[in-house]
Amino acid sequence: MNRFLLPLGLFVLLAVVLAIGIRHAPEKGVIASPLLGRPAPQFALPSLTDPAQQVRSADLKGHWYLFNVWGTWCGECRQEHETLLQVHSAGVVPIIGLDWRDDDTQARSWLAQLGNPYQSVAVDRSGRIAIDWGVYGAPETFLVNPQGIVVYKHVGALTPDTWTREILPRVSGLPAGTS
Amino acid sequence: MLPELGHFALILALLLAGLQAFFGIAGPALARERWSGAVSAVVAGQAVMVATAAACLIASFVGNDFSVAYVAENSNSALPLFYRVTALWGAHEGSLLLWILLLAGWTVAVALGSGRLPPRFAARVLGVLGVVSFGFLLFTLATSNPFLRLDPAAPDGRDLNPILQDPGLAVHPPILYTGYVGFAVAFAFAGAAMLEGRLDQNWARWTRPWTTAAWSFLTCGIALGSFWAYYELGWGGFWFWDPVENASFMPWLVGTALVHSLAVTDKRGLFKSWTLLLAILAFSLSLLGTFLVRSGVLVSVHSFAADPTRGIFILAFLVIMIGGALTLYAWRAPLLRSAAGFELGARESFLLFNNVLLVIAAGTVFAGTLAPLISDALKLGTLSVGPPYFNPTFMLSMLPLLALLSVGIHANWKRGRLADSQRTLLYTLVAAAVFGCGLAFGLYARGSILTLIGAMLGAWILLSSLVDPVDRWRRGLTLSRAVLGMTVAHIGVALAVIALTTVQSFTLERDVALAPGAATTVGNYEFRFGGVRPIEGPNYDGVGGTLVVTHHGKPVAVLTPQKRRYWVQRQVTSETAIHMDRGNNLLLALGEDLGAGRWSVRIQIRPLVSLVWIAAFIMALGGALAASDRRYRTARALATASEAATAGQPG
Amino acid sequence: MRWRDAVAGLLLAACLLLTGAGAVWAVDPTELPDPRLQARYVALTHELRCMQCQNEALADSPVELAADLRREVRDQLLAGKSDDDIRAWMSARYGDFILFRPRYSLRNAWLWGAPAALLLIGALVCWRVVRNRGALLATDNEPLEEDGQSG
Repeated sequence: MNRFLLPLGLFVLLAVVLAIGIRHAPEKGVIASPLLGRPAPQFALPSLTDPAQQVRSADLKGHWYLFNVWGTWCGECRQEHETLLQVHSAGVVPIIGLDWRDDDTQARSWLAQLGNPYQSVAVDRSGRIAIDWGVYGAPETFLVNPQGIVVYKHVGALTPDTWTREILPRVSGLPAGTS
Repeated sequence: MLPELGHFALILALLLAGLQAFFGIAGPALARERWSGAVSAVVAGQAVMVATAAACLIASFVGNDFSVAYVAENSNSALPLFYRVTALWGAHEGSLLLWILLLAGWTVAVALGSGRLPPRFAARVLGVLGVVSFGFLLFTLATSNPFLRLDPAAPDGRDLNPILQDPGLAVHPPILYTGYVGFAVAFAFAGAAMLEGRLDQNWARWTRPWTTAAWSFLTCGIALGSFWAYYELGWGGFWFWDPVENASFMPWLVGTALVHSLAVTDKRGLFKSWTLLLAILAFSLSLLGTFLVRSGVLVSVHSFAADPTRGIFILAFLVIMIGGALTLYAWRAPLLRSAAGFELGARESFLLFNNVLLVIAAGTVFAGTLAPLISDALKLGTLSVGPPYFNPTFMLSMLPLLALLSVGIHANWKRGRLADSQRTLLYTLVAAAVFGCGLAFGLYARGSILTLIGAMLGAWILLSSLVDPVDRWRRGLTLSRAVLGMTVAHIGVALAVIALTTVQSFTLERDVALAPGAATTVGNYEFRFGGVRPIEGPNYDGVGGTLVVTHHGKPVAVLTPQKRRYWVQRQVTSETAIHMDRGNNLLLALGEDLGAGRWSVRIQIRPLVSLVWIAAFIMALGGALAASDRRYRTARALATASEAATAGQPG
Repeated sequence: MRWRDAVAGLLLAACLLLTGAGAVWAVDPTELPDPRLQARYVALTHELRCMQCQNEALADSPVELAADLRREVRDQLLAGKSDDDIRAWMSARYGDFILFRPRYSLRNAWLWGAPAALLLIGALVCWRVVRNRGALLATDNEPLEEDGQSG
């Protein structure tokens, strides 16, 4: 074997790696969540609507739910609100909101103005719970199954497309498809 | 009108580049002298077209023509004239045009300087350069046209990124790219030799000055980038092993190996296939770097807007150029064997070790930079690599290299005769050890074992480099520019090692919260905060802080770091205040307003950090001196019989 | 996949524009009482990546998330956790991408082993070349082009 072919051979390998890299490039800003397939983090936080009450992860066991991290300061959250309302009216999966580092009064008036898609909203003033969920940019939405395992995470504004292709199939027990 | 003219000029340039490639490669191959002879004229034409295109774009910037999309995205009517010109290379499309312009410049230089080259060989060199130009022009016109119009024209522009509104921007990219692109010349010389099927005995001599010149520019470019980051960004660091930094550092490492390998091939006709491979590798890394920063495959602080479509195009270009070159290499290189010999302690050995270690260093930087990609492609999960990986692994190959450098300088060609230099080596080593201890434990009294090693290696290289030149000078002998250049460059290396060791070992950093009137002590300096006051500039406003600096009570300076808010992009930047005092570099940056007049302030004391960049420029100066030696323009004396035999068969 | 482009773009924009009164780079005047803890704090915050501004260290990033995570590091150090505990805590939530220092694991063996492997290959190559050329010395009677210079 001509040992001078070695550089060419190595280059071919590199080109393959780079080609794969380009295919995955659009997802570079989005990091795979280590929570997938693991139990959802526990939390017990005051509710936005009634601070005397608590929103607890323990209460949510036994059925599917969506965990949506948002804030009034977040522009994309405004964009996805319409979709969240649609999901809410479909009545298939409840949405639990996490109001991340926000102002309570502003949050309440936001929901009053735009409509409330949430079954309940937990207030995370310190950001501790968001960190537990590995949140790094609002909005983020998690799908948790009745056993309390995180099965899907969506970073960015939720779209009807994601709902029909990723979330609904999983909830219905059907195989979910990506693109 | 002007943008259309520029666009048209680019299209013409593309056609001429294609013609250049065709005439340059097919001409000699098919023995059509007319074609080979026409290449230079085509080169001139292409250069004129590219220059015209660049001029049109600059004119659009200067004239605030916001119907050109690129101008609208990167300029603004309030932008100072100077930055309106330098904004040309402020983003992807324009920086590609800069690439093409500089490549045309190098091509013209080679065409002008090719008088002493055999005409067929010269034609091939220009032909290969034509292929590269063609590829880049095609890429630009197809995916990154800077002359795209907006209809209707934008009322005003989105302004140049404020971080780029700095004199550093005027010089860093052009000089960096000059070096980056300059390795295309070495690549072209290698390509021409491979197309020809033989390595002329003067091949290395012809290639050396071009390669060393490109290397000098790249050294300056990297140093400028590092220096610019230090004083412009308010962060206080000067090297982060960011993918874009690595993209320019890898060609530099391989380029250094290439410069040294060419010396061996020139002197003794050895390492021919190695030198060819290094020439291909250096430019390939330049191309790879271009790919990495524009395709979105890597996360980086200053990559251009990611676009996978462009990524695919560049990858295809890479495959054709590098794949083609390496295929040629596999075909032709086996013919290039020489029968020369040398012993273990000979200069050739040391240069071999030098090159191997440099390539290994480039390899580790490569592995770390592409690790996220490789890990992702092999389904090994997401991986992240930063300074904690690069620093130790880079040192692993660098420390042996630096140690060998001092010894290798005294080695003779073919038969090292190191025994003759035994005493010199011992004395210089002892002197270096004394210096090292003094620096590590005496001056700052806080050194570690690495401080000692670094300082010793640097001092040893310095002394070793000076021994022979000083001896010759004392004996009244002259020193050729090539040897002088080599000495200066190695002194630059020594100084860089000493400076980096000092900076790494003795930097003091503190972030503090200060109220007006409060003071803090860092090292031997006291910093008294005088509060902030509002400031305003041509396209920004903000606050300026005042800090009075004293050294053991004696006044040193009053420094005013700023926080600026640029109106158009609404971006906030931090302008550091930097002051040199007794070899220490004091860096101050304003942090946040903590309320009630209190501000957080970053204070850094970096001893000898300026020496890092000065040393780099000294290295580049050495390269420039060496490249200008007239010796490279005289062909070798009559070939000996055996040399002719080992030069291989003509293609 | 266009929403993913939007997310990446928005994160970048968030870092540049939505930092409020923040600096482009953060200045972190946290001071832990014990100088050794302080040194560990500085080292750890430089070793962890800011997940929002993805090419900055936690120590340098001006966004709120970075401040929250820095506070977390501080609290855990004060609670007596080891450096490895803190790194593990961070990767459990954000994945290994948050670490600038790749883990010493079997999966990353190729990366950490690469420099040593390269050095080994390099040493082999050098040995072969020096040996071959040393052997050729006996038959090499070419006079050296003595121009009196070493370059």
